[in-house]
Amino acid sequence: MQSMEAGSQGDLDAFDRHVGADGKVEPQDWMPAAYAKTLVRQISQHAHSEIIGMQPEGNWISRAPSLRRKVILMAKVQDEAGHGLYLYSAAETLGVSRDELEQQLLDGTAKYSSIFNYPTLTWADVGAIGWLVDGAAIVNQIPICRCSYGPYARAMVRICKEESFHQRQGFELMMALSKGTDAQKRMAQDALNRWWWPSVMMFGPPDGESVHSMQNMAWRIKLFSNDELRQKFIDMTVKQAEALGLTIPDPDLRFDEASGHWQVGEIDWDEFWSVVKGHGPCNRQRLAHRRDAHEAGAWVREAAVAFAAKERARSARKAA
Amino acid sequence: MATDQTWPLFEVFIRSKKGLSHVHAGSLHAADAKMALENARDVYTRRGEGSSIWVVPSAEITASAPADKGELYDPADNKVYRHPTFYKVPDDVEFI
Ligand SMILES: [Fe+2]
Ligand SMILES: [Fe+2]
Repeated sequence: MQSMEAGSQGDLDAFDRHVGADGKVEPQDWMPAAYAKTLVRQISQHAHSEIIGMQPEGNWISRAPSLRRKVILMAKVQDEAGHGLYLYSAAETLGVSRDELEQQLLDGTAKYSSIFNYPTLTWADVGAIGWLVDGAAIVNQIPICRCSYGPYARAMVRICKEESFHQRQGFELMMALSKGTDAQKRMAQDALNRWWWPSVMMFGPPDGESVHSMQNMAWRIKLFSNDELRQKFIDMTVKQAEALGLTIPDPDLRFDEASGHWQVGEIDWDEFWSVVKGHGPCNRQRLAHRRDAHEAGAWVREAAVAFAAKERARSARKAA
Repeated sequence: MATDQTWPLFEVFIRSKKGLSHVHAGSLHAADAKMALENARDVYTRRGEGSSIWVVPSAEITASAPADKGELYDPADNKVYRHPTFYKVPDDVEFI
């Protein structure tokens, strides 16, 4: 790994110029240690979010109301596993091992998106997640397709292609409920009520409080600020909610003629920080589930290694 | 932190359809090449992205170093006569 070498001021300046001019960085190129470190943190957090994100929806696979909905949900959850794998691979190009990253998730030292610490109480939550959570993820991820680090950008292109199915199936599910019986419509509205604010908070703290933003924007790891992305999400989602005939749970929501944007009421950042710090409704359950799955799978991983060694020995004997 | 229990890394190359080259798609861990191939199908071709897959142990790839870029590619830079635009042909001569 060349990035481990300290590099001179000249190297740093040349790197900043290259990246500033929208140049790309590939794994073997020299890069500042802080750039590599930031990327490892960001990409692995993103990977962890995909993996933990399988749980809230996975809970509903066995209870999907029709075979059609069941195969859709299985395909979506499988995609999220794939997203996690693309991203872990991208992080590994920076010299960290998969084991290290996995360990950080299991021992709770790594973060993942707080949205997945909320429970999925009804079937409508599956629709709300696809529509809102995947919708917010798309807004966040599309710019990253153009980020400076090649492997991350390429993983993101693949992910974004798949996300649009996720968002559309969620919207369609919400549409079916909101055009259904009164009880179904109430269920859809209730899901929107519970998922709206956590989705709005998915873009992270307001720009003034976002610690790494400036440097990450200079390095083109981040292309738009949290608040810019959040606004984009709000504007597009307000119209979609209207199409569904559902009400966004915000009495202060209003269209601002001057800016041409929808303005939301006050966001409860105390709730956001409390969930980030581990006090959300499902933080402990999510991690415990991941740990159990990891431990329960240990014998499979070991058996595969033993089997591969045996096969190698067998073919070596045959060749001799 | 790689141990004997760690599955090695494989690079995955996919031919999207006949007539095109295999292109690098990404990488994955697997206990052996056979498993790498099966996993590559699930991870990288869930929507008919491939008609053929290669998996190669990452450790078996020899790559040029960015620092050698000059040495490797400079000699080609001053051989402009290798390009068709180097040659002057009258405008009214066609199909050349
Ligand atoms: Fe995803
Ligand atoms: Fe998704």
